Amino acid sequence: MAQDKSSARKAYWRANLGLMGILLAIWFAVSFGFGILLRPWLDQVSLGGAPLGFWFAQQGSIFTFIVLIFYYAWAMNRLEARFADRLGSDDMPPPVPPGQEDAS
Amino acid sequence: MTPTLFWTGFFVITSFALYIGIAIASRVGSTDEFYVAGHHVPPVFNGMATAADWMSAASFLSMAGLIAFSGYDGSVFLMGWTGGYVLLALLLAPYLRRFGKFTVPDFIGDRYYSDTARVVAVICAIFVSFTYIAGQMQGVGIAFSRFLEIPIEAGVVIGGLVVLMYATLGGMKGITYTQVAQYCVMIFAFMTPAIFISLQLTGSPVPQLGFIGNVADGTPLLVKLDGMLTELGFAPYTDGSKSTFDVFAITLALMAGTAGLPHVIVRFFTVPKAADARKSAGWALLFIGILYVTAPAVAVFARTNFIETVNESVYDAETTTLVEGERETPDWFHRWENTGLLAFEDLNGDGRIQYRADPATNEVTTLNRDIFVLANPEIANLPGWVIGLVVSGGIAAALSTAAGLLLVISSSISHDLCRKVLFKSMTDRQELLIARLSATGAVLIAILAGIYPPGFVASVVALAFGLAAASFFPAILLGIFWQRMSKEGAIAGMVTGLGVTGAYILTYKIFGWIPNDAEHWILGVSPEGFGTIGMVISFIVSVTVSLLTSAPPAEVRELVERIRAP
Repeated sequence: MAQDKSSARKAYWRANLGLMGILLAIWFAVSFGFGILLRPWLDQVSLGGAPLGFWFAQQGSIFTFIVLIFYYAWAMNRLEARFADRLGSDDMPPPVPPGQEDAS
Repeated sequence: MTPTLFWTGFFVITSFALYIGIAIASRVGSTDEFYVAGHHVPPVFNGMATAADWMSAASFLSMAGLIAFSGYDGSVFLMGWTGGYVLLALLLAPYLRRFGKFTVPDFIGDRYYSDTARVVAVICAIFVSFTYIAGQMQGVGIAFSRFLEIPIEAGVVIGGLVVLMYATLGGMKGITYTQVAQYCVMIFAFMTPAIFISLQLTGSPVPQLGFIGNVADGTPLLVKLDGMLTELGFAPYTDGSKSTFDVFAITLALMAGTAGLPHVIVRFFTVPKAADARKSAGWALLFIGILYVTAPAVAVFARTNFIETVNESVYDAETTTLVEGERETPDWFHRWENTGLLAFEDLNGDGRIQYRADPATNEVTTLNRDIFVLANPEIANLPGWVIGLVVSGGIAAALSTAAGLLLVISSSISHDLCRKVLFKSMTDRQELLIARLSATGAVLIAILAGIYPPGFVASVVALAFGLAAASFFPAILLGIFWQRMSKEGAIAGMVTGLGVTGAYILTYKIFGWIPNDAEHWILGVSPEGFGTIGMVISFIVSVTVSLLTSAPPAEVRELVERIRAP
């Protein structure tokens, strides 16, 4: 049972880190990528009347950030629901499994 | 009494009555309620409160004007001050909420099993908060003196007393619900003129569409603005003047700084669960985003409109005869000259205003950036009450931020310093009393700082973000994601991050030992962006020192396991 729980927690944490990695890559791409580093290149294209890189820096990145956070909140709720029966209830802190000194 | 004065007084007094009413309704009796509103705040309300907490007088009054003058360079504030919420929602807020205590130094002290680490965190928190609060109180005083004909000093004292009342009575609970009200006042006051100006200039009621839209003759608005600016000798609006690396560094420093500011983090302690912390960060950014995607649109409208209506206009139609096709300087220009935010000097004596980039021929000798938000209602020909609303919105923005900072200062002293380090046997009631007393003390200091502002207030905001990015952000992030991080690593990382960033900003901005320009900056990074370098150094030092010292004890590893588990 303890073994099962420990592997479930590892799987949960890995899934969380994977999701985070993808979302942070998008976060980086729209702001530092499109809005800053690739701007001169993107500015050759226009969105309405605005150069695209400029638009990402002043509008597009912010819209994307909002979507990213709500998506993460939704996806994590789903992930936690999937692991809920294997990990026990929310209120009881699960004990530390042996041999988990340095999981990171 | 003018209608504007009447309506300003009306809105300010009504909103103050509302804030105090909320404070009396949400009096608290325990430290749990005082510090984190009993963890009972619903995510949507916490999102609104966070938005009000976060958006200061500077965001509300100055940001649109700042962008109007800096064009693309202004993007660092837009991305930096919103992108930090992604870091908060993904990397920090849910875990800190699961940790379940009251303050940021609480987490640092427990995670790094050390009172030294806790005290370092307390010093950072208090320092960062005080640098910020002085600017807010000053903003309140200026709003009072300009619009209600009350001396600055009296304005600061009135604002301070109102904050004091709801912060000491209701603590976090009182602050939360007043911030919800303040957010509503702010956003209504910001959006109303923005929508009307967008309609006037671009025919679109949605400012974000107007931003990428066309003007009446079919030219895109931004193309037109670029053309007008180039003609007058300015740089095109959509080009930047800063180096790409500096823009990158400033944006990252503002993002990490946002995620590391204690008064923002602590808001996520007030919701019931970790899942609510994530959701509430989404709401917070949505509510902030409404203002942040409107501000760049307002900036473009305001700059365009300013050039179109003011440049080459006839200043005084009584004494100068208008030539065919010429227009008079708009009335609002004359009215705002009285406030000292605008000044015209007829250098070539032709009776017309020439607005130019070159200081030798530019006749608009003073052009305060706050004017663009403040004068918007008049530019859009909106009635006098809208100006009153904008003023009370500005005051709401300043007070809500000041209150959040005040609570960080008071809880750092009463909880982290007194209860956890100095007098460990203190009872809950005594702690609450000290929390209220230290809030009172902090307000008094903030009032003094608002009346006698230290000359460096404007430049220390960069310091606050740089320091938060280089101290709290790495310490909290590694504390959650790297179990091996030891107390020595954390203390060394925070102290080096603080030291390096602080020294850099002091050298260039406050003491001016080395000229503050791109040629003299290390790696070409401005003091505003140096928090990024400080943060990288702090990460490297933390990891190196942790690996050289012994691993954290078992109960700390348990703590990390617990906050990671769902």
